[in-house]
Amino acid sequence: MGFSWIGTILAILAALGFLVGNQRGQGLARLGRLHSLPRYHGVFVALWTALPGLLIIILFAVFSTGVINGMIMENSQGGVENAQVLSVELNKIQLIAEGSMPFREGMGISWDSVERMKNLYRDAHLSALFCVIVVGVMGFQYALRRINANFRARQEVERIVRILLVMASSVSIFITLGIVLSLIFEALRFFAVIPVSDFIFGLQWSPQTAIRADQVGGSGSFGAIPLFAGTLMITGISILVAAPVGLFCAIYLSEFASPNVRGWVKPALEILAGIPTVVYGLFAALMVAPAISDFGGQLGLDIASESALAAGLVMGIMIIPFVSSLSDDVINAVPQAIRDGSLAMGATEAETIRQVVLPAALPGIVGALLLAISRAVGETMIVVMAAGLAANLTANPLQAMTTVTVQIVTLLVGDQEFDSPKTLAAFALGLSLFFVTLILNIVALGVVKRYHEKQ
Amino acid sequence: MNHKNETPEQRKYLAKRHAASRRFRWYGIMGLGIALMTLFFLLGTMVLKGYSSFFQTQIQLTVSFDKTVIDPLGDQSAESLARGDYRAILGNALKRVFPEIKSRDDRRQLSKILSDGASFQLQDLLVSHPEWVSTSQTVWLIASDNVDMWVKKVVDHDLPESQRRISDLQAKWLAFLETNNQLRLRFNAMFFTSGDSRNPEMAGILGAMKGSALTLLITFLVSFPLGVASAVYLEEFAAKGRWADFIEVNINNLAAVPSIVFGLLGLALYLNLMHLPRSAPLVGGLTLAMMTLPTLVIATRASLKSVPDPIRDGARALGASPLQVVLHHVLPLAAPGMLTGTIISMARALGETAPLLMIGMVAFIMDIPGGVLDPSTVLPVQIFLWADSPERAFLEKTSGATLILLAFLITMNALAVYIRNRVERRW
Repeated sequence: MGFSWIGTILAILAALGFLVGNQRGQGLARLGRLHSLPRYHGVFVALWTALPGLLIIILFAVFSTGVINGMIMENSQGGVENAQVLSVELNKIQLIAEGSMPFREGMGISWDSVERMKNLYRDAHLSALFCVIVVGVMGFQYALRRINANFRARQEVERIVRILLVMASSVSIFITLGIVLSLIFEALRFFAVIPVSDFIFGLQWSPQTAIRADQVGGSGSFGAIPLFAGTLMITGISILVAAPVGLFCAIYLSEFASPNVRGWVKPALEILAGIPTVVYGLFAALMVAPAISDFGGQLGLDIASESALAAGLVMGIMIIPFVSSLSDDVINAVPQAIRDGSLAMGATEAETIRQVVLPAALPGIVGALLLAISRAVGETMIVVMAAGLAANLTANPLQAMTTVTVQIVTLLVGDQEFDSPKTLAAFALGLSLFFVTLILNIVALGVVKRYHEKQ
Repeated sequence: MNHKNETPEQRKYLAKRHAASRRFRWYGIMGLGIALMTLFFLLGTMVLKGYSSFFQTQIQLTVSFDKTVIDPLGDQSAESLARGDYRAILGNALKRVFPEIKSRDDRRQLSKILSDGASFQLQDLLVSHPEWVSTSQTVWLIASDNVDMWVKKVVDHDLPESQRRISDLQAKWLAFLETNNQLRLRFNAMFFTSGDSRNPEMAGILGAMKGSALTLLITFLVSFPLGVASAVYLEEFAAKGRWADFIEVNINNLAAVPSIVFGLLGLALYLNLMHLPRSAPLVGGLTLAMMTLPTLVIATRASLKSVPDPIRDGARALGASPLQVVLHHVLPLAAPGMLTGTIISMARALGETAPLLMIGMVAFIMDIPGGVLDPSTVLPVQIFLWADSPERAFLEKTSGATLILLAFLITMNALAVYIRNRVERRW
């Protein structure tokens, strides 16, 4: 890739800048008293050399491909009726231009366009290099001109570093903004085709029919209620497992366990928390689902091989450590004096916990459970591997149900035509997922925070 | 407990309360028991199902490298050797072991005990030993996945013939080979040195491991500097006010956003807007970097917070500027804590699957990626892909890859715990 070379050249320029600035500072120091250490002069020059160039590299890296694709598209056959075909062609042209695909006749693209793309990329890299060098040298000269005996180099460097720190800390805001904007933007395109009310209140989810728009009644149905119901069901099962088990784990660890037991059990729970979700998914699909199905068969129940129950159970196991470590923190934050008071009044340990400690810790525990729910709602791999694809609207946990996350994955994995309502639906689902979890998180974090302030 | 003036009723009541207390305690032990048992069961399942993937069934054959068959151009060049008909040679070698087999059907069955990869194996052997042309050599060759499953007894040998992939005839041949010491189970080096394959017996995890390493490298290079910088700003420089509060709330919320949403963002931003290559570790790494950034910031802030204020005050009193206080004093002291947080978030990124599905890292890729722009997959996605494959033999590969992934994760987490317990300073 051309940009790594340009980056290397920029780094060399910056190193040169440091050396020259440092030299200049030392030279001045020999003449008389200098305000800042010579190395700050070096850093100052290096920063002024590198930062503007870095900005240019980032801009080029972000926009060059899009601009070049646009130029190629504009130049290709005038009658562009199908953007889909064009993007496939563009992809081919790009692969050939990069040299990762051989060129053959009859691929539907001309060698001219490949040549053109190669040339455009070369031009882009050359112009980026030119800009970087020009801007770098300009910054270098500007910085050098500012250096004199009274120049407060350290303050200047610190000012620049501070600006960089502020920029770094605002990246997280840009990420949030990016999530919200991209989801809303794509979801709006989806809602332009499918009315919002159909999406939120529709009882029928069968996006697959939408592939062939020319079919009779092939517009697909995008009613998300079955997905919401499935998500709710699986989340509910998982919380039914995780809440009692996790809470009792936390109570035992914080109130009964000896330090020795804690020292062994807590790392084990951390291992449980650190197991990747794909492994839980494998466990659910491989062991739990068949076991439940067999067990149901012996009882004479008809249990689907991909039942909501199996996915929910395993997801519950996954969030046990999450619930237990959060509740453990909360229970430990309850002041010891309340416990001592209760024990001194003659209450047994269990009575103290049930009637004194838990009520005091309740807000925090509720917060922890809300966070666990949000985690379960957004969990993907377990349900992708163990819950079904069929959107059944049912209240029976023994049947296959599907969730929002499963549908996002199935809609976006594999052959996708971008712009069809089918793919855009994934973003609408993502938007609803994001907002539900966001609300849960805000409420939960608020509750936990207020609880901690109260203690 | 026995006081003189207690009535029997009181004593009974007290006993009841204490029994309730004991019961309560047992609930706690049961909760822990459930959690730990599942952990044990899960790990045990993976080990039991997965350890056999580290072994490979091999069959010994005496192959005569007939020059006219394997070297059609006659110059022993790699190109010529690549055109050789190795299937014919293998067929002849098998015929020599089982001369009694005549019918075409049986011949075909016989050839199926060897892997499709056996002919590539022969070719590779010849390229590295050109002197073998026109000689006879005894070599160990990979058996097919069905034979592998049969020999490892993953398939029940007592099943009726119609329900297994190895016919009675093939089973007889295998038994014959075994009595002749021409069948062995050996360490499966191929599992660690090759990429994915449609043939389970030839599939390996090197491609996925390298993809994971490249992806993680990008994630680290992007998220570590950004995470440390924003944590330093928020903890050491930002004035307590609305803006800092806003960023803090934002980061806390971002840390709890489902990972799949980051995948959607990666798809919209890197693939649709910036047109970066699909399935590339670069895109995967950038996507995971957005996901790990908030956790990294939170962990780094916690370790910065643990450095006591007198150190900052002392440095300031000696004339250090705010930046010098941070760079010369706070950061070095907080480094072990930051390292712990970084390792844990990298471990989380290593185990992450869902966002990478969104940006196309699920494609079937045989080649081992050479750089961050090559299409590749990562370990957890490889597990997901294999888990979806219908072949029985992929099941053990899935569990084997899971064991490798868990080994990496547990090592990383253990390292983090070690640093936390040993290196980290307590004030």
